[in-house]
Amino acid sequence: MNQFYTPTDHFSLLPALLLALFGCAILMLDFFVLPHPRQKRWLIFFALLGEFFAGLALYRQYRFLEDQSIPALRAFSDGLIIDGFSIFFNAIFVAAAVLVAIISYRYLEVEGEHHGEFYGLILLAQCGMYFLASGTELVTIFIGIELMAVTFYILVGFLRSDRRSNEAAMKYLLLGAFSSGFLAYGFSLLYAITGSTRLPKIAAELAQRPATDPLLLLAIVTTLVGLLFKVGAAPFHMWAPDAYEGAPTPVTAYLSVASKAASVAVLVRLFLGTLAPHRINWEPMLAVAVVLSLTIGNFSALSQTNLKRLLAFSSISHAGYILLGLIAGNRTGLTGICIYLFVYTFMNTGAFLVLISLRQKGMTGDDIDDLNGLIHRSPGHALLMALFLLSLGGIPPTAGFIAKYYIFLSLVETGHYALAITAALFVAVSIYYYFRIVRAMFLNEAGQLLPALPGWGARVGFAVTALATLAIGLYPEPIIRFAGTSLLR
Amino acid sequence: MDAILFFLFAAIAVVSAINVVVQRHPISSALSLVGVMGSLAVLYLLLGAEFIAAAQMIVYAGAIMVLFVFVIMLLNAGAEKSPRKGWILTAVAMPLLVLFLGMVSYIIQRGFPNAPLVVFGQFTGGSPKDVGMALFTRYLLPFEITSVLILIAIIGAVVLARKEME
Amino acid sequence: MPPIPLPTAVPLTYYLILSAILFALGVAGFLFRKSLITVFMSIELMLNAVNLTFVTFSYQHKQVDGHLFTFFVMVVAAAEAAVGLAIILTVFKNRGTLAVDEIDSLKL
Repeated sequence: MNQFYTPTDHFSLLPALLLALFGCAILMLDFFVLPHPRQKRWLIFFALLGEFFAGLALYRQYRFLEDQSIPALRAFSDGLIIDGFSIFFNAIFVAAAVLVAIISYRYLEVEGEHHGEFYGLILLAQCGMYFLASGTELVTIFIGIELMAVTFYILVGFLRSDRRSNEAAMKYLLLGAFSSGFLAYGFSLLYAITGSTRLPKIAAELAQRPATDPLLLLAIVTTLVGLLFKVGAAPFHMWAPDAYEGAPTPVTAYLSVASKAASVAVLVRLFLGTLAPHRINWEPMLAVAVVLSLTIGNFSALSQTNLKRLLAFSSISHAGYILLGLIAGNRTGLTGICIYLFVYTFMNTGAFLVLISLRQKGMTGDDIDDLNGLIHRSPGHALLMALFLLSLGGIPPTAGFIAKYYIFLSLVETGHYALAITAALFVAVSIYYYFRIVRAMFLNEAGQLLPALPGWGARVGFAVTALATLAIGLYPEPIIRFAGTSLLR
Repeated sequence: MDAILFFLFAAIAVVSAINVVVQRHPISSALSLVGVMGSLAVLYLLLGAEFIAAAQMIVYAGAIMVLFVFVIMLLNAGAEKSPRKGWILTAVAMPLLVLFLGMVSYIIQRGFPNAPLVVFGQFTGGSPKDVGMALFTRYLLPFEITSVLILIAIIGAVVLARKEME
Repeated sequence: MPPIPLPTAVPLTYYLILSAILFALGVAGFLFRKSLITVFMSIELMLNAVNLTFVTFSYQHKQVDGHLFTFFVMVVAAAEAAVGLAIILTVFKNRGTLAVDEIDSLKL
């Protein structure tokens, strides 16, 4: 009888364990120790403490791999893997969760829905993401996806008395559960073909299968449908604009960066790892999804007046760019995906942070018109927003340029010229609608919105996101090296 | 005998499933769904999945469906006036669904050219003991994550459904 | 007169096709129904269909792994149902309707 739950298992599970532990502890503290609304702010520090320990555990895993100079550490009888890839993605999740935790405080105060559960749920969602980045077993991945998704259903509907918030939650829930059905069907077929739920075994079995196996094709289609839903790529994007618009803005930020990154991690592991020998089957489907995402995302964004909705459509198009790296599938492509998601975490959270700081009681600050003449009322916010939008558009010297550069480089390296040209054309379209916002801020007459009063959370958030967006753009070597260590195999 | 049982309960399952989709009153749909679940439990038994058959009745038909019925009663949800969405959707989606079904059936037939017969009693690896052994050894990790998932579900239900404070 | 030979057992594929039929019916319910609760029940139907495939493949491989997956899908369905019904409750409290197409304050 094998021993189960070995020290190796514990070591590889530790970050998730800490996140779950601190998530539960926050719920307890909220209920027993800090019941008064004024005390809720201390829970943020507790959440940050949890993130700190989780980050420390991740760093220890990183050191361990470096010191032993082994590519990966497997645990739970091939159920979990610790490699550069999982550590890189978990670092993204930690960054996203920390940013979201510190920017939520003021938002929840303004909305009058300040509850400790919010911070607990952020940590527990991240716990689910951990298993998406590290899981190498279908059941673990499925439960991880559901753990993340169920938490997001709650977070999206967190403003209970806001009709838009619970409508968004409902739409996200119905479409999310629907896509889970497809994903489970795909997983059942993968199990049928290979007789195992563990990815290394599945990969070994699949390598011997002919590429024309119809059952395998069906498995790939259904799995891809389920995962593209979670990534928010067209044609399975219809939940994204509604969920992004209705959700509390910090949750929108979290949803658009962390949840997307986690789902991309699963896509990469499944399609570049396990299903790599059957590229001929999935590459055309993915290419269709990419072109549709770029088209629908960019053209729909052109006509939006609500900023959150505009950023939702832009995030659909960003999903398209990220998936391009998957189509290229070489080392540069994988590095591109990692850098893109890392950079996207900072620039997109930063853009949402501007929206959060503009929000005041009885005023949403979500419309483009609300930004009119922002440069006169609060120049700092206007300049920061301009920086984030430039980066989202991929203009040098911002970080967004480096990310797009790597994606395009990988496409050219692998000879996908048509896709590269299409994607480059859509960059031009995207610059048009990002500049629409910039024009409103710099050239239009000032509106009536009062200048925002940033709290310490917003200050720290701005400092981190803006610094990262600029620094990665000007001096990208460290992040490129870090992403380089994350390559699979 | 196996074949008779299969066809009987497969027919019940399909008819109940159609009923779920076409009934106007949510309660009728819910009870039809219980019918689907019950007949699936019998099929699970035929396939040698004792534990899953029991869990299907207890968890699905017992707990989850009771929750559904409870909410339907709580909201006093009546019959829908016009139960269907626009005809354009129906016209587009219906052929697609039939196509999907045909394709899947074809693929399954081709994928398993000489599929084995399902004979009751040929596979007995689904007893509670076997499931438990696998659950607490090879599937220990997902089992532990499940506890977090259930915790979140509890918190979520409380967070979303609680009364306004003050 | 010789007795009519009754089929004693059915092939595995019959189970899989039954599951595909149930899955398609679930999708149909999801697409065509208006009431939130019925739509949600259709999703449960889809998950049930998936469970049937898992148990069938478990029989084919003579392994218990498929049963385990089914078990976990059940847990997921339970968690989703709890959260989903709570969300449906809040939607109903704020709007007084369960019809999907009347819930449209976010433009499509």
